[in-house]
Amino acid sequence: MKFGILVNEGPYQHQASDTAFNFTKAALDKGHEIVRVFFYHDGVNNGTRLTTPPQDDRNIVNRWGELAKEYELDLVVCVAAAQRRGIVDADEAKRHGKDADNIAEGFHISGLGQLIEMGIKADRVMAFGD
Amino acid sequence: MGNGVKKFMYVNRRAPYGTIYALEGLEVVLIGAAFDQDVCMAFVDDGVFQLQKGQDTAESNMKNFSPTYRALGDYDVNKLYVEKESLEQRGMSEDDLLALTYEDEDDDYKEKPSIRIVNREELADLMEQQDIILNY
Repeated sequence: MKFGILVNEGPYQHQASDTAFNFTKAALDKGHEIVRVFFYHDGVNNGTRLTTPPQDDRNIVNRWGELAKEYELDLVVCVAAAQRRGIVDADEAKRHGKDADNIAEGFHISGLGQLIEMGIKADRVMAFGD
Repeated sequence: MGNGVKKFMYVNRRAPYGTIYALEGLEVVLIGAAFDQDVCMAFVDDGVFQLQKGQDTAESNMKNFSPTYRALGDYDVNKLYVEKESLEQRGMSEDDLLALTYEDEDDDYKEKPSIRIVNREELADLMEQQDIILNY
């Protein structure tokens, strides 16, 4: 089955991103296809490489990046939600005259159209977080 | 399912201010309109406040985005289901809502209301018919 994954909450405060990750991994292990993982609302905060959790805790951001690398996953951070919350890649930093970018490896910033397209392509869209 | 037209329902269940869900939910609807899918919106619980007319956010310094709902008709988003029970629980009726309309191109561009009041059971049936439900 083709799944689209929507993550609507940031890391750590809510378990949504953990559950989405576990679901995604389990689906891949069972041989299902992940069309895309789309990060919206505060979910865009899953895509900053500046996250520094305590060493004895899971690193939610890196974990997504590693899974993306292993399975060539498309991790998309919504541009409109990202701009509001200060998640920036090199292009966005340049366009808006920012002095830094912070997008994590494996993630990329794109438009809301990617969410709709994910819905069209997937057999099921699974939304995680309120 | 292939790449044909799918039925999308956007369910709005939160007040327009207090959280960003209503505003960012509306942004998805407007962007999604470009994809020519079969789109409708549902307004339940505090989500019915999103369509309340006469919103004034000046004192709270929030951006009043309620005029944006008027643009939905131009984007062919013209099925806005408002749950009757949610309105009643809040002491509201259809008269308290924005008069949203669209031009029906299949009926000589006649102006028609976009808002349809449905009861809980009817809304459940509508949800049953959808391919994708996005919740805000």
